[in-house]
Amino acid sequence: MLEQAFSGSKKYWTWLIILLVIIGCGVLAFLYQFYQGLGVTGMSRDVTWGFYIAQFTFLVGVAASAVMVVLPYYVHHYKDFGKITILGEFLAIGAVIMCMLFIFVDMGQPLRVVNIFLYPSPNSLMFWDSMSLGGYLVLNVIISRYTLDCEKKGIAPPKWLKPVVILSIPWAVSIHTVTAFLYQGLAARPFWLSAVMAPRFLATAFSAGPALLILLCLLLRKITKFDVGSEPIQKLAIITTYAMLLNIFFLLMEIFTGLYSGLPDHARHFQFLYFGLDGNYRLVPWMWISTILAIVSLILLLVPKYRKNEKLLIVAAFTVFLSIWIDKGLGMVVTGFIPSPLGYVPDYWPTWVEATISLAIYALGLLIVTVLYKVALSVRRMLKTV
Amino acid sequence: MSIDRRQFLLITAGVAAAGLAGKQTLSVFAENQARKSDGFAGKRWAMLIDLKKCHENEGCTKCIDACHLTHNVPHFGNKKDEIKWIWKEKFEHAFVEQENYFVPEQVKQKPVLLFCNHCSNPPCVSVCPTQATWKRKDGIVMMDWHRCVGCRYCMAACPYGSRSFNWREPRTHIKQLNPDFPTRTKGVVEKCTFCDERLARGLKPACVESCPVKAMVFGDLENPNSEIRKMLGETFTMRRKPELGTQPEIYYII
Repeated sequence: MLEQAFSGSKKYWTWLIILLVIIGCGVLAFLYQFYQGLGVTGMSRDVTWGFYIAQFTFLVGVAASAVMVVLPYYVHHYKDFGKITILGEFLAIGAVIMCMLFIFVDMGQPLRVVNIFLYPSPNSLMFWDSMSLGGYLVLNVIISRYTLDCEKKGIAPPKWLKPVVILSIPWAVSIHTVTAFLYQGLAARPFWLSAVMAPRFLATAFSAGPALLILLCLLLRKITKFDVGSEPIQKLAIITTYAMLLNIFFLLMEIFTGLYSGLPDHARHFQFLYFGLDGNYRLVPWMWISTILAIVSLILLLVPKYRKNEKLLIVAAFTVFLSIWIDKGLGMVVTGFIPSPLGYVPDYWPTWVEATISLAIYALGLLIVTVLYKVALSVRRMLKTV
Repeated sequence: MSIDRRQFLLITAGVAAAGLAGKQTLSVFAENQARKSDGFAGKRWAMLIDLKKCHENEGCTKCIDACHLTHNVPHFGNKKDEIKWIWKEKFEHAFVEQENYFVPEQVKQKPVLLFCNHCSNPPCVSVCPTQATWKRKDGIVMMDWHRCVGCRYCMAACPYGSRSFNWREPRTHIKQLNPDFPTRTKGVVEKCTFCDERLARGLKPACVESCPVKAMVFGDLENPNSEIRKMLGETFTMRRKPELGTQPEIYYII
C-alpha cells in the first residue's frame, strides 16, 4: 500500500523535497546541539524546560484529537465521518511521532533514552507517558492500516478491529491526561498545580485538533479531487466550538482561582503571563494576541451564519489553532518556571538552534502526514475508477 | 493456520526482542538490588546550620570552595549555565514569602547557605523515569550520573532549586581537578550528595570540615546522643517550605 507514496505529481515531489531540506537543516542543528550540549538552547538552570517540551505538550493534544472523529463514527455510527476518520488517525500518527522526537531532542543524553525502558519506574509519570504514547501510536497504526487495507480489497474490516478501535478512544483521553499529570503533580510549581489542567488540556486538544483537521480537509479539497463534503466539516466546526468554549471556561476558572485567592505563589505566574513581572514582559504581547484570537474565533464559531460560511470557517479554525498554540506552545510550560521557586524572575526565549530543530520536527510530521494522506487518497481514487 | 514468510520473520524478530528484553531486565534487577542496599542502615543523616555563627565570618566562602573543589564542580561564570552544589542566597529567596516587615538587618542582608535538602519525601526521586536519583536508607538523595538521561524532570520537581544541569561540557571548566572524584559529562543533572564518598571513609562532609566557625553541624538523627539531635531539642530551627510535605533534612538557626 505504501508504494502509492512513491508516485506523484511534480507538485507532490517539490513539496516533499522542501520538507526534506528543512529536515536536513534540523538534523545539522541537532548534531550541533548534540556535540555542544543543551547550552545552545535558551534554557537555563532556572528555566529547565522550554520550547521542545511545550511543542511536545501541544502535539499530544493534536494526537489525542483523532478521537473526535473516531468516536462519532464508530460509537455513534455517524456515517458522514467515514471519509475523515482515516485522516484523523493518520494525523495522530504524525503527531505522536513528532511528540517522541521533541522528547528525544530535549534529552541531555539522548543516546541513553532507552534507560526509561531498561529501568521502568512506575513512580514517574514520564514512564507512563512514554507507555501511553507508544501504545497510542501502535493502536493507530494497526487501526488505520487494517481499515484502509480492507477498504482497498472491498471487504469488511476484521471483527477483532472494532474492540481495538473502541480501546483507542479512552487511550486517546489517557495520553493527554497523563501528559497533564506530568505537570499538575508537582508541588514545586504552583502554576501547574491545578486539578483543571488535565480537563483543560483535553479541551484545548479537542478544539485545536479538529480545527487543524478542518483546515487539512479544505486544503485537500483545493489541491486534490478529494472532497469530504461540507456536512462533516460543519460537524467538526461544532466540535471545535464546544471544546473552545470549555477551554475558555477552564482558563477563566484558573485565572479566578489564582487571582482572587491572592496566593502569591499562584498569582505571580499569571501576573508574569498577562502583565509582566519585575521588568520581564516576554510573554505579555503573545498572551494578549492569544486572547484576542480566542475571542475572534468564538465570535466566528458561535454565530451560525459565520460558521456555515466556509471562508470565515477557515479564519475561525486558524484563530483557534494559533490561540491555543500560543497558550500551550509558548506560555504554559515556561511560566511554570517563572518566577522560580526562589522568587527570581528568569527569562527564556528559544534560540535559533531550538527554532531550527523544532521546525524540522514539524516538517517531518508534515512529511509523514503528506505521505499517509497520499496513500489514503490514492486508494480511494483507485476504488472510484475501478 | 499457515504462516507466510513475512509473518515468520515478524514472529522471529518478536521472540528475539522479548528474549533480549527479558535478559536485560533480569540483569537490571540484579544491579538494582546491589545498588539500592548501599548507605548506612539505621542512620538518618541531617545538617543544622547556625546562621548566627555563619555570619560571624562575613564574606567567607570556605564551605562553597571546599565542596566545589572536592567534587570537581565546573565554573562557567554565567547564570544560565551555572552549576552549584552549595551557595548563598538572601533570606527572602531562601525562605520565600516568610519575610516579615522590619526584620533585623542581620537577617535581611546576610546570606543563607543553600544546598540539597535530602528530603525524607523527595519529589525529585518520585519523578525520575530511570531511578538515576534515589533515596538511600540513611536518607541521602543520591545521583547516578551514568544512568541519568538528562530529562530534567527532577529539576522541575525540586521546590528548592537544588539541582544543576550540565548545559555544556563541564570538564573544560574545572579550575583545579581533584583526581579522587569523578567528573561529569554534559547532559546530566548533579547536586550535593552529602559527601557520600567521604562518609564511606568515616569523614564528615567537606563543607562541614572546612567551616572555620563550626556553623555547620552534621549528624545522625536516629542517634539520640548526637550533637545535632541535642541542638534540635534545644533551639528553635526552621526548614525551607515545610508546607510542601517534603520533610527537608537541613535545619536552620536564624
